[in-house]
Amino acid sequence: MGFLSYLISGISLGSIYAIIALGYTMVYGIAKMLNFAHGDVIMVGAYMSFMATAYIGWSPLASVVLAMAVCTLLGIIIERLAYKPLRNATSLAVLITAIGVSYFLQNIALLIWSSNPKSFTSIISLDSLRLFDGQLIISSVTLVTIAACIVIVYGLTMIVRYSKIGKAMRAVSEDKEAAQLMGIDVNQTISVTFAIGSGLAAVAGVLLCSAYPLLMPTVGAMPGIKAFTAAVFGGIGSIPGAMLGGILLGVIEILGKAYISTELSDAIVFSVLIIVLLVRPTGLLGKKISEKV
Amino acid sequence: MKKHRIFCIALTLVMSLAVLAGCGTSTQQSTAIKIGGIGPLTGGAATYGTSVANAAKLAVEEINALGGLQFELNFQDDEHDAEKSVNAYNTLKDWGMQVLCGTVTTTPGIAVSAEAYNDRIFTLTPSASSPKVVEGKDNIFQLCFTDPNQGIASAQYIADAVLGTKIAVIYNNADAYSTGIYEKFASEANDKNFAIVSVTTFTDDTATDFSVQLSEARNADADLVFLPIYYQPASLILTQADAMGYTPKFFGVDGMDGILTMENFNTDLAEGVMLLTPFAPDASDEKTVAFVQKYQERFGEIPNQFAADGYDVVYAIYEASKKAGIKGDMSAADICEKLIKVFTSSDFSVDGLTGENMTWSTSGEVSKAPKGMVIENGVYVGMQ
Repeated sequence: MGFLSYLISGISLGSIYAIIALGYTMVYGIAKMLNFAHGDVIMVGAYMSFMATAYIGWSPLASVVLAMAVCTLLGIIIERLAYKPLRNATSLAVLITAIGVSYFLQNIALLIWSSNPKSFTSIISLDSLRLFDGQLIISSVTLVTIAACIVIVYGLTMIVRYSKIGKAMRAVSEDKEAAQLMGIDVNQTISVTFAIGSGLAAVAGVLLCSAYPLLMPTVGAMPGIKAFTAAVFGGIGSIPGAMLGGILLGVIEILGKAYISTELSDAIVFSVLIIVLLVRPTGLLGKKISEKV
Repeated sequence: MKKHRIFCIALTLVMSLAVLAGCGTSTQQSTAIKIGGIGPLTGGAATYGTSVANAAKLAVEEINALGGLQFELNFQDDEHDAEKSVNAYNTLKDWGMQVLCGTVTTTPGIAVSAEAYNDRIFTLTPSASSPKVVEGKDNIFQLCFTDPNQGIASAQYIADAVLGTKIAVIYNNADAYSTGIYEKFASEANDKNFAIVSVTTFTDDTATDFSVQLSEARNADADLVFLPIYYQPASLILTQADAMGYTPKFFGVDGMDGILTMENFNTDLAEGVMLLTPFAPDASDEKTVAFVQKYQERFGEIPNQFAADGYDVVYAIYEASKKAGIKGDMSAADICEKLIKVFTSSDFSVDGLTGENMTWSTSGEVSKAPKGMVIENGVYVGMQ
């Protein structure tokens, strides 16, 4: 029973990593940049939901919608102000800008909400599921997180595969110049990608803080890095890869803690990453790209 | 060209005169003793630094109003980061700090105390509790218990009150404070009437999911979980234990202080949590009542143990300075030697909020008795 309960904890943690990783992977796949501020957009989303429920008394669902709206807007603004002027700059310059945006958001959050931690009230108030005479307890947050992750991955795959904007995304991802020549608005496509990624970040933030109810301005930093790892692990640029990478990462983290050592949990996670990348440099589901000379 | 050079020389002269003039006025004005403070005012540990800074300010104002010895306080932020703490220390040194009240947290404290030892600046830390802060440094003193003392005292307390027989420990192995307490607790536990049945760890980076640690404790049948950690991860542990339906006793140390003031925290979860702390805001002695009232009026919240530590530090420096005949125009090194003599002398003791009759050993550690507290109906109540 212990194994099963650890496995479920792992999948739950992994589903949160997966939702965050989707944001990284979409932006990377389409705009070819690492948006390191993604983890901090998560934090903003969580604070928005917290303020709406704790201060204004909104219903949890309304607070999630608000958080998504604010984060979507924030994503578009960040893209417009910080990344768009650097569209033709080196990728290193964009990376450093992203790190700058990340610190900027954290410090703004410190000014607005102060560093005092707040206890987040879970948006899901259903009872936990008790199986096998209460030997296995699965919290409602876990179930909702896993369900949300599946729905989001399915939805995104459908959007990318069948919708018009999805086609534009794939075209921009293949070849930016050629897409432009075919009449695709590259800038708008990238903006939409950021909007979707940031909206997902809000969902991830709310779920993260519902499962682990400690809200601080740095709350998104570490999960952000882990989710980035998950995206690389699964093959950055691939939507199913992000989900697979995220869930595997969460499971490895929890099982490593349970059966090997709590002291080495992160070392185990990152060792697995290194081994996978040695064997499959493009990640588990990454596409093999042959460079044209 | 020549004209230009003359102009340059003239300018240099004027500037150096201005510098000299600046020196003259500053030495004349500064009869107050300059006390520097360092602690986290922002970042994850800001509650501690803010509490110390507020209370120190309050104490300085009270002392200055008495009219005798005058203090001037300058409190700098270090975000609970060793490097930033040393920067803050250098800022204070440039300002002319003569005595240091700091640092508030342990890891920065180890870095800063080494600097203060080299510069011969007398240091009394309110709450940096590792022995590494004071070890081998004759001018660094602690107002709080050292970590080993907290570990030993916790083991004794649990054994004497028979709070549990099977103990699980969850500690932060990336943190000197947490590890230090755990190590002493473990070695002290050997000849006690309880057994440590499960020891698990986490780091600052993995302080989200505690399901594994709590499951291990439950599988080992632990009836008491010892948490020598800060209250932020502790709040997650309490929440997750509740969700799992695991209800052992929880026993914390002074880092647990602050859990009740955490915004939006469901204090029902902390019901029955025990902790060792030298200060309880609900105590009925005259000193505590007056301090709590003043602090609450001024800063709008009930002071925690760190506030009491900060207040006591300023008063301890005040008492010692009176005794040693310290004046504001003495050099920091002179003040340092005089204060060391007073603090280590056998007839010097301070009655503060955090303990009656506090005395200091030559190693810089304080001796006072810890008090056991338990959280009942959302407030601390003395145990026994």
